[in-house]
Amino acid sequence: MLISIASLATRGLQMGIDFTGGTLIEVGYQKPADLNVLRNTLDTQGFDDATVQNFGTAKDVLIRLKPHEGVSSVDLSTKVIDAINKTTAEPASIRRVEFVGPQVGDDLAEDGFLALLYSTIGILVYIAWRFEWKFSTGAVIATLHDVVVTLGLFSVLGLEFDLTVLAAVLALIGYSLNDTIVVYDRIRENFRLLRNKTTEEVMNISVNVTLSRTIMTSLTVILVLISLFFLGGEIIHNFSIVLLFGVFFGTYSSIFIASPAALLLGVCAEDLMAPIKEGEHIDHRP
Amino acid sequence: MQNHFPLWKNLLVLIVFGIGIIYSLPNLYGDDPSVQVSSTQTANITQEQANQVEADIKASGSQAKAFEFKDGRILARFTNTDDQLKVADLLRDKMGSNYTVALNLAPTTPAWLRSLSAQAMYLGLDLRGGVHFLLEVDMDAAVKQAEDRYTDDIRLALRNAKMRYQSVAKDSGFIKVTLKSVEDKNDILAVLEKDFHSLDITEPEAKDQIWVKLSEKEVIEIKKFAVAQNMTTLRNRVNELGVAEPVIQQQGQNRIMVQLPGVQDTTRAKEILGTTATLEYRMVDVEHDVQQAVAGHVPVGSRLYSDKNGSPILLDRRVIVTGDQIVDASSGQDQDGRPSVNISLNGIGAAKMAKTTQVSVGKPMAVVFIEYKVETKVVDGQKVRHKEKVEKVINVATIQGVFSKRFQTTGLDSPQEARNLSLLLRAGALAAPVDIVEERTVGPSLGQDNIDKGMLSFVVGFGLVVLFMAVYYRLFGMIANFALAFNVVIVVAILSMLQATLTLPGIAGIILTVGMSVDANVLIFERIKEELKNGITPQAAIFVGYDKAFATILDSHFTNLVVAVVLFAFGTGSVKGFAVTLIIGILSSMFTAITGTRMVINWIYGNRRVEKLSI
Repeated sequence: MLISIASLATRGLQMGIDFTGGTLIEVGYQKPADLNVLRNTLDTQGFDDATVQNFGTAKDVLIRLKPHEGVSSVDLSTKVIDAINKTTAEPASIRRVEFVGPQVGDDLAEDGFLALLYSTIGILVYIAWRFEWKFSTGAVIATLHDVVVTLGLFSVLGLEFDLTVLAAVLALIGYSLNDTIVVYDRIRENFRLLRNKTTEEVMNISVNVTLSRTIMTSLTVILVLISLFFLGGEIIHNFSIVLLFGVFFGTYSSIFIASPAALLLGVCAEDLMAPIKEGEHIDHRP
Repeated sequence: MQNHFPLWKNLLVLIVFGIGIIYSLPNLYGDDPSVQVSSTQTANITQEQANQVEADIKASGSQAKAFEFKDGRILARFTNTDDQLKVADLLRDKMGSNYTVALNLAPTTPAWLRSLSAQAMYLGLDLRGGVHFLLEVDMDAAVKQAEDRYTDDIRLALRNAKMRYQSVAKDSGFIKVTLKSVEDKNDILAVLEKDFHSLDITEPEAKDQIWVKLSEKEVIEIKKFAVAQNMTTLRNRVNELGVAEPVIQQQGQNRIMVQLPGVQDTTRAKEILGTTATLEYRMVDVEHDVQQAVAGHVPVGSRLYSDKNGSPILLDRRVIVTGDQIVDASSGQDQDGRPSVNISLNGIGAAKMAKTTQVSVGKPMAVVFIEYKVETKVVDGQKVRHKEKVEKVINVATIQGVFSKRFQTTGLDSPQEARNLSLLLRAGALAAPVDIVEERTVGPSLGQDNIDKGMLSFVVGFGLVVLFMAVYYRLFGMIANFALAFNVVIVVAILSMLQATLTLPGIAGIILTVGMSVDANVLIFERIKEELKNGITPQAAIFVGYDKAFATILDSHFTNLVVAVVLFAFGTGSVKGFAVTLIIGILSSMFTAITGTRMVINWIYGNRRVEKLSI
């Protein structure tokens, strides 16, 4: 957690062109491409800010450009392709071109931030309504923990944060909550069943009985994610990394963070009692 | 009776399952590369023309797999893309500009499925290849153009009403009318108020002036109109380009999204979409000296232009005909084989042209090509939008005789330029310049790669989960696996029915739902195990397990749903696709994992004594 925050604070996230604006060109060759030749070509043609790297295989090349001075951004991709085709023996086949204007980038970033904010508020309200505000706060703390740790890892590894990754982060929020709520649900049930136990004991029992389920579900999700990670291709590579980390931390946080957080906030059995109707308790007397 | 479903519940599950299978079926059939021919005019393609096209295809040596003529459209299916491209080129040349020849992927869904309107999922651009553009309409320019128009209109109205005035000029957001004498003020005000009631008319401190301003409402109207008009024009242009299934949508207040599936030539697409090219016809000023004008002494009635080679030329300030008076244009060749554009004018344009040419036989007339180029450049770290009006004289010709409605313009560089120009003239001008602010191109090879990779990771992920569940929960695991498959079928069926766009993240969403939807079953099964441990009978354990797990499943799935809905609301493009599959997956998994598995379990264990559960 600390490492994550430290890395986020110092290194920040490597934002993709979805948010910063810029141009990204993916080209494919029949034979492995010589990156140095491409770099030199772009340098001499005035695209000295271009970063050139392999994407997945040695035959695929990814070229990234910042919004460019003096060249209309619309023509940029055409010019770059023309430039590299002059020096390489084999013409590049264009696999993907993405150009995002700076204004659109800002808008996408804003929408992304709002999505995070609103989903958090939505969850807070829903859990507060179904359970109680202390639980709801606990759940949000656990979820934020997952998000921060995952983003931190992203920052440490220097992976690129784009729209797809943002979608994965939001999906992760949903998943992590799913886990947390299953535990909470059991706590609520047990509060009502096990009246003579302390709050702490009830929580312990609840976490323990749901443990096998938590692990089972995480395992199935991790199975599909591994398949996505290895077979899904480069574009959803980062997407699956986020979710892999996220599911791991989500499992851990719903066990070790969500419930203790609610405990720290002073949750007790009375908070979750169904409102007792007038006269009902008379029937319960022996 | 415990663990027994009433008949209607069994039927419900089975019917949903049946419908799910039927509507997900079309996705198993592939696509045929095909060529689609449709008419751009109101006139439809006739049966004879269709027969002719069929004969042409046969004569070209390409083998069409099937040939259909329906609803005034011709669809020819081929077995490979080589034949498809060859025939498309052939037909483009043959059919001329009144018909659109588009490349398409025609689904091979059998007729009985099509009669149920079952269709395959709509694949997003990242899966089928194509271009996505986000165009921003330059609203300031639209408003400025409206101000220019009003300035001219006011001048005209005052002149028609025989009012005296000093000047009408635009100045800092106002149109300022300066009077010759203060006494005319009330009369002029009356004229303005009568003809321009949509404008805000104010009397400033300067006694001899009237200021006119566009009202807030008017500005909003202008902006709305600019976007709507641009969308119509863009739609025309895209149709002219020959794209099957284009998507043109307004996004936000001033942006227009254009998706062109299958288009690979992005340069041409950008040229066609973004340019505001038009033509103007002017007389050449032969009375004054060009060199003097270059030196700074431009005569009052003339304007200085430069021709294709950059040499200066003086043209009459008054325009004979402008681009919006052109009703039709087609490209062709003149008698010398040079590329040309054949122009047809509307009534007003034809009358003006006739009037001018009558008195000007033997004099030179010039064709001015006008193009607004909007470029976003970064200067000193700041984004600067640079607008440039490029005007060049493409042709000067001596008027040989009187002409009006139809005539030919030459002087274009290439047949390609002639084609583009005629297309742009036909499709109409953009009401305001547009700027491409986002572009995403996916090559066809990458699209197919993405589908293959998505399918592979789906099959492997699904297989792993099925194996895992079967090993761990045995019979119950197999039942959960059945529910899982059922769930995927329903998700695919609903996506197909809604014709929602399937993207690569969307596939990831389906795969993710596979992993997550077993969660409900895991919850139920763990609960049943627990209850069994507590020593209750298997029948009761099943009942209690489902009963107690239900509330938990509801809560946990609902929060998931909240997040997915937020994602849908704020997501764009492929992220939205992901959210859609997630939402459908969550909802349908509740049905399959609870009701679906329960039905099978009831069939197996219901209504009999059970000693032990295979869980």
